[in-house]
Amino acid sequence: MKPTAAIAVTGLRKSYGPKVVLDGLDLTVPEGTVFALLGPNGAGKTTTVDILSTLIPADGGEVRIAGHDLRREPDAVRASIALTGQFSAVDDLLTGAENLRLMADLLHVGRREGQRRATDLLARFDLLDAADRVPSTYSGGMRRRLDLAMGLMGDPRVVFLDEPTTGLDPRSRRAMWDIVRGLVADGATILLTTQYLEEADQLADRIGVLDAGGLVAEGTADELKRMVPGGHIRLEFAGAEPLQRAARLLGMPPADEGALTLEVPGDGSVATLKALLARLDGAGVDVAGLAVNTPDLDDVFLALTGRPTPAEVTS
Amino acid sequence: MSTLALTARDSATMLRRNLKRAVRYPGLTVIVAALPIVFLLMFVFVFGGTLGAGLGLPSGGRAEYLAYVVPGILILAIAGGAQGTAIGIAMDMTEGIIARFRTMSIARASVLTGHVVGAVIQTMVGLAMVVAVALLIGFRPEANPVEWLAVLGVLAMTSFALSWLSIAMGLHTKTVEAASNLPMPLMLLPFFGSGFVPVESMPAGLRWFAEHQPFTPIIETLRGLLTGTAIGSSGVVATAWCAALALVGYLWARRNYERRPAR
Repeated sequence: MKPTAAIAVTGLRKSYGPKVVLDGLDLTVPEGTVFALLGPNGAGKTTTVDILSTLIPADGGEVRIAGHDLRREPDAVRASIALTGQFSAVDDLLTGAENLRLMADLLHVGRREGQRRATDLLARFDLLDAADRVPSTYSGGMRRRLDLAMGLMGDPRVVFLDEPTTGLDPRSRRAMWDIVRGLVADGATILLTTQYLEEADQLADRIGVLDAGGLVAEGTADELKRMVPGGHIRLEFAGAEPLQRAARLLGMPPADEGALTLEVPGDGSVATLKALLARLDGAGVDVAGLAVNTPDLDDVFLALTGRPTPAEVTS
Repeated sequence: MSTLALTARDSATMLRRNLKRAVRYPGLTVIVAALPIVFLLMFVFVFGGTLGAGLGLPSGGRAEYLAYVVPGILILAIAGGAQGTAIGIAMDMTEGIIARFRTMSIARASVLTGHVVGAVIQTMVGLAMVVAVALLIGFRPEANPVEWLAVLGVLAMTSFALSWLSIAMGLHTKTVEAASNLPMPLMLLPFFGSGFVPVESMPAGLRWFAEHQPFTPIIETLRGLLTGTAIGSSGVVATAWCAALALVGYLWARRNYERRPAR
């Protein structure tokens, strides 16, 4: 049987006045998988999530979420989704437990069942000790976890995470990643947006690179990396003589003697490295140093959009 | 459950949330009551002697002015409460939780209804404090129990209408600061009516405005009920104004809520 798509988007369009934000976006996320929407600020990530979570109307296009048409059955869509945005959506004057209770009341799940789900989520997200405090006393990571817990009270089939770890410290970020993996293990479908290439690499089954209102590339992290040439092994030599011998041996053009390095195309796997070194060793060529350079998603981004990623610009 | 029952249930949940917030953050309720109390004391003890003499009543004095000014002060308190309501919803909007509510399968109107009913309750608590202070400084209304009930009704009706209007204003503005400014005219309106001095004492143009603005019939109705004098057509006109303001406020608020940018 063909796996059903939890999120199916075709030709999604949205403009604010003359500014086109989404220009015919197509997106399919199979049930139980994680899709990462990767792109710089202003690429349309948040707009996409806002439309898919029924916050703002699209100008055009078809969207089905959990089998429901977004335009015709918005309430059925709302009943199947949860959204955790980059701005926390918790009530600062209610305690953590009261925030979850509020969700239970709005979901019409009875007091006892609501209590059970709340306790379960508080324990899972390491918030039991903080349950009776107001969120203003929480750390950034705790707020984000409470925020997500509130969304999960309704046991959603599709979860939208809009930059779930932006502004979190590395430890909180890892905690959030573990939570996301747990959600997937429980069968949820996740669409997450991120500017962090590492995050997409870590969490997503498939990655879509969003730029100027459309996907410029889509695939697994490995597929995307393969789209970019540039994987190589850099060899360093102590002098010009071994350098030129190595170049002849490997069938490469005579190398630049000023740098005393050779860049050998290759994927950087252990097997390739072993073979390469054995060959040089067999010919008696001394290698002074070596570095493996695999293309990461930053290279992918640069190659696809012609610009460095925002992470590079800011760091 | 029917749509109506669901709306009522979700609205009740939202109301519980708002009341809990009001208790945790009592500043707003206190402000609602404090300003009118200060005005009450000021108008009675600072201006009361002179203004009371100008009322043209046989005895004419501070005590008469107190009886005259209480309805105006109550309306001022409701207008102040409306300002608090606008600030409250604008603050709520900045917190992001409203966006969460909008992505949930709950009755669309419940967020706003919860705010409005909460605001009415909050305002009524503030009004009770104002009346208590008025009684303390010698206010002796002549209303019978039925008239007191009617006073309560008029106050609730006015607060309900102004709450919808202020919710709409709070949703209309982009910042909390703007939300606190937009309902300002409501605070001034009782002064340009029969709240503090009889409209007969005003110049012709202003008098025409004072006679035809919504607060005047409301104030006249309250005054009639509290002092045991005839209210004439004021009650009907006041009710019509409140219904109209509530409807405009409701429609405007719904429109602003739906059209509000996501976050």
